[in-house]
Order: sequence, then C-alpha cells, then structure tokens
Amino acid sequence: MQERRRERLDRGVKVRSDTIYAVSSAKEILFLVGPGLALVTVLLILPLILPPYWQKVLTIAGVYALLAVSFGFLANFVGLVNLGGAMFVGVGGYISGVLNSTLGLPPLLTIPIASVTGALLCTLLLLPCLPLRGVYFAVVSFIYPLATVMIISATGVWGGTDGIAGLNVLPNVWVNQYVIILVVLACMFALTRLVNHADIGLVFRGVKDNELAIRASALNVTWYKAQAVFISAAMGCFGGAYLTHLYGWVGMSLFAMDFSILPLAATVVGGTSTIYGPLVGAFLLVPISESLRSFGTLRIVFYSVVMVFCVVFWTEGIMNYLRRRYEQFERWVRV
Amino acid sequence: MSAKLILEVRHVSKSFGGIKAINDVSFNLRQGQILGVIGPNGSGKTTLNNLITGFIKKDAGQIIFKGLDISKWPAYKIADAGLARTFQIMRPYPTLPVYKNLVPPLYSPRARRTARGKLGDRGAVAIDILEEVGFERDARVPYKLAGTLPLGYLKRLELCRCLALRPELIVCDEIFSGLSMSEIASMIPLMERLQDEGITLIMVEHRIKELFKLANKVLVLNFGEKIAEGDSSDIFNDEKVKRAYFGGETTYVFK
Repeated sequence: MQERRRERLDRGVKVRSDTIYAVSSAKEILFLVGPGLALVTVLLILPLILPPYWQKVLTIAGVYALLAVSFGFLANFVGLVNLGGAMFVGVGGYISGVLNSTLGLPPLLTIPIASVTGALLCTLLLLPCLPLRGVYFAVVSFIYPLATVMIISATGVWGGTDGIAGLNVLPNVWVNQYVIILVVLACMFALTRLVNHADIGLVFRGVKDNELAIRASALNVTWYKAQAVFISAAMGCFGGAYLTHLYGWVGMSLFAMDFSILPLAATVVGGTSTIYGPLVGAFLLVPISESLRSFGTLRIVFYSVVMVFCVVFWTEGIMNYLRRRYEQFERWVRV
Repeated sequence: MSAKLILEVRHVSKSFGGIKAINDVSFNLRQGQILGVIGPNGSGKTTLNNLITGFIKKDAGQIIFKGLDISKWPAYKIADAGLARTFQIMRPYPTLPVYKNLVPPLYSPRARRTARGKLGDRGAVAIDILEEVGFERDARVPYKLAGTLPLGYLKRLELCRCLALRPELIVCDEIFSGLSMSEIASMIPLMERLQDEGITLIMVEHRIKELFKLANKVLVLNFGEKIAEGDSSDIFNDEKVKRAYFGGETTYVFK
C-alpha cells in the first residue's frame, strides 16, 4: 500500500519577496502589495456600484468591521478577550448624543470628541479588571454594557428608555459611506504598522505571549494593557458616535449584545492572529445576516451554527486559509 | 571585601498553604560578588528568586537593594531599579527573529534612562547585545526565528534580556541546567566577564562543580531554611550540607 502525504511549500515568488530583492521586480512588488491594494480598491468602489439598500448595509458592515478589528486587536495581539464591545459603542454614542443635544455641537466635532473622551472613560472603567486574564477578563467586561443599560433604564438619565432623538445627522449617503470606509482603512493601516513594525507592538504581543518576561523587562503590564484598551476603545467609541449621527438618535440599543458578539464571530470566522481577518469576517457576516432578514431572530441560530462550524472544523479561518493558499502551494508526495 | 553592600535579605519567610517554602532566610551580598545558591529539589531556591525579584509577595522580612526597601515593590519596578532575572523555563516569541525578542526590554524606561537618550534603533542595539553573548552576527544567528534555537542559545537569550536593562544585579535561575559540558564551558567566561564589569550575580544551580568554580560565596538551602553560608571550600566540608545535599548515612527528620 502506498502512503501519500500532502506537502506544503512556499511559492517561489513568496521566497523571493521575503528579502530585500523584492523591490527588484514588478511581479514581486505586486505580490507584496497586491492583496492590500485589492482590498482598498474594492472598499472604495463598492459605494459607487451598490444599490441604495445595500449601501446602507455597507455602512453598517463598516461599523461592525471597525468593532471586529478593535476586538481582534485586543484579543489577538494583547491577549484581552473583551466581550463588552457594546460598552465602547454605547459610551461613544451617548457622549456624542449628549454633546449634540445639550451643547449643539456639530457631528464633525462630537464624533472625534466622543472617540477620545469615550475611550478615556472606558479605559478608566476597565482599569480595575486589567490585571485579570483570559476568561476572567472576558466575563467582567461582558457585565459592563449590561449594567450600564440597567442604570440608564432605572434612573432615566439621558432620555431613559426612550433615548435622545432629533440629533443632527451626517449630510448625505456618500459622506456616510466614505467616512466609515476611510476610518476602517486608516485603522487597519495604523494597526498593521503598530503590531508588525512598531516597538510598542512587540510589547503588546509580549503581554499576550509571555507576561512574566514583560514584567521582568521592567515594563508595567497594566500600563501597556491600558494603552491597548484605549486604542481599541477609541475605535469602538467612534463606531458608537458614528451610529448616533447616522440615525440621529441615541438609545439603549447601542449597548445591545450584537455589538459585543458579532465582532467575536467575525474574528473567529475571519481568522485569528491577523489584523485583516476580523475585517473580512465582518464584511461577510453582516451582508449574509441582512439577506437572511426574512427569517427574523432565527438569524442568531445561523450565526451560532457558522461559529460552531468554524471553531470545530475550520480553526484557521478565512484569512489564514487565503494567506496560506496565496503564499504556498500543495502537492501530494509518496512517503 | 570593601565593595559596598548591594543586597540585604533580612529574615524573609514565605509559606504556600501549610508548607514553609522559605523560612527566615537572611544574607548579604556585596557589589561584584557571585553568590551561588544550592539545595536539593524543592528546597526553596526558585521561591527565594521569586521573592527577591518581586514575582511572589513574601509573608515576612525585608529585602534591601542599594539601600532601598524593595519588599513591597511590584516586579517591574524592581527590574526598573536594576535587579534583573532570568527564568528557568524560557518562553521567547517563537515566530519572531531572535533580535526582536530584545525589543521589549529595550523599550523599558530603564533602558532609555541608562542609554541617556542615545539608544538609537532598538533592533541594532539588540544585535550588539546578542553578539556580546555569543550570537554570531556573521552566522546570522540573531536573525533566526527564536523558536528554532537550541537550548543553549535560549538560555543566553534569557541572559540577554537581562543585559538589555543594563542591570546591577542579575538573578540567574538554573542557567546551566540542561546544557552540555561544552556549552557550560563557553558560558563560564561570560559570567566572569559580567563580574569584571561590576555586575553582581546570584546563581541558582544544580551544577555544583561549575558553580563552585565561579562563586565567591555559596548559600545552601534545605526545606526552605539556610543551613550554611560561606566560600566554596567551607561548604564542601560542612557536615550539615554533606548530609542534606551530597547524601549521607543519616536520614533527616522533619522538625
């Protein structure tokens, strides 16, 4: 009986473009920058060719992609599994909503203010649980949005259960789409630089992989975790503030569990340990979920099935699979 | 013996549940000395390391480093003061090149302070440090993935992580264990050079022969208690040590 096994080898172009010689040929430069360029081009062209309904889906998918990237950054590169992503969305949304309704600031100001101050606030709130790790941090962070909703509905602050309506909205559908797409792309670019090339990115990864060594390297782990949470929270708060001015309304639904769970699903489906995985996952899951809208809440079942399938049978996820096929080829060899 | 006192450990104790891991241990260390810590398995050597470097909080006693009471400091602050340590179990970033493993310690406030603002590119500094410790640049060892390194290099990498902080005292936790004779032989001159540079060393070891060649002073632990302290020849002739460590006829009895 002949035994065969599958062998994976790097493609020649991958090997060549690993070195400085990559810049010597157009083919190799294209190999390196091609996937990124393709992503940017697709995202920039999509708003122009989509029908109006799907344009709206695209903006929502963009928000979820931002949240997924923010979740993936914390989970994959800092080791903090934050199941309370809705907290960021809610805090950002309420800050911009309150600023807009009470002080009358335009969205152009409230969105950046809400992103920064909201991120500061969320970081301060999460500070006590930063020494926690793994499932303990996940559980505690999960409580935050739930507790905040209870506080708002019980005390009736900021419009209570009705929320605050009649806020300023973003000018038109083109601004809506391109603002979120450009922000998503900017965040992707910045985070990729951060985790792959910046020195502080290595510290973040060290916090995840080997916390003891980071402490022995005279680095304060909690301080670096706080910085990472701030970066992640700023993205989440931006998403919340953006949604507020997309709908002209802010309410308790910004703390909904969707905002915590879908980023997790997108990260699992899109592929862990990459920055791009969560983005791809979100841009797949949200449209699929939209097209299943006629099934109502059964969509949740669909999500769960997809997630379980990915966790059990396809742990590498879309992005890692694509990258492997892009960089390597497979063949059967006799043992 | 005129060098100034760098570390004072005063009556330190630590229990895990009902077990006294370290019981009332005291010793002093002068700058530039090499202190060897030996003892049978489970005698509290690693616990003593963890207590000194702040990775475990102690129950009682004081630890004075350069005149400062560091007893209650968190681990990173102790490292920041110049008391670095290696780990017995090495966990580098396996998917990163070796030199990138040294970027986090070089990113620390202490590394920036000791370089007086002239740190430059951290990757380049890391390669310089690695080369001093035997990662030959010409053989491209600093550029290899850390996960592919043999044990001897991993132990050196641990030491490099300490050196990147420009420490005054390094606590080495079993840095020779698991190495071949030739690997140890190449490490000994390195330790001697560190001593010449004025770095104080605490070395926890099972490799007694090599340790006694290096150490100015040896501390023997058994069941968490200090049973002897002195220079190598004294320790070799100490009855208690012979019984506890090198094996004697007497079986020992729990107090």
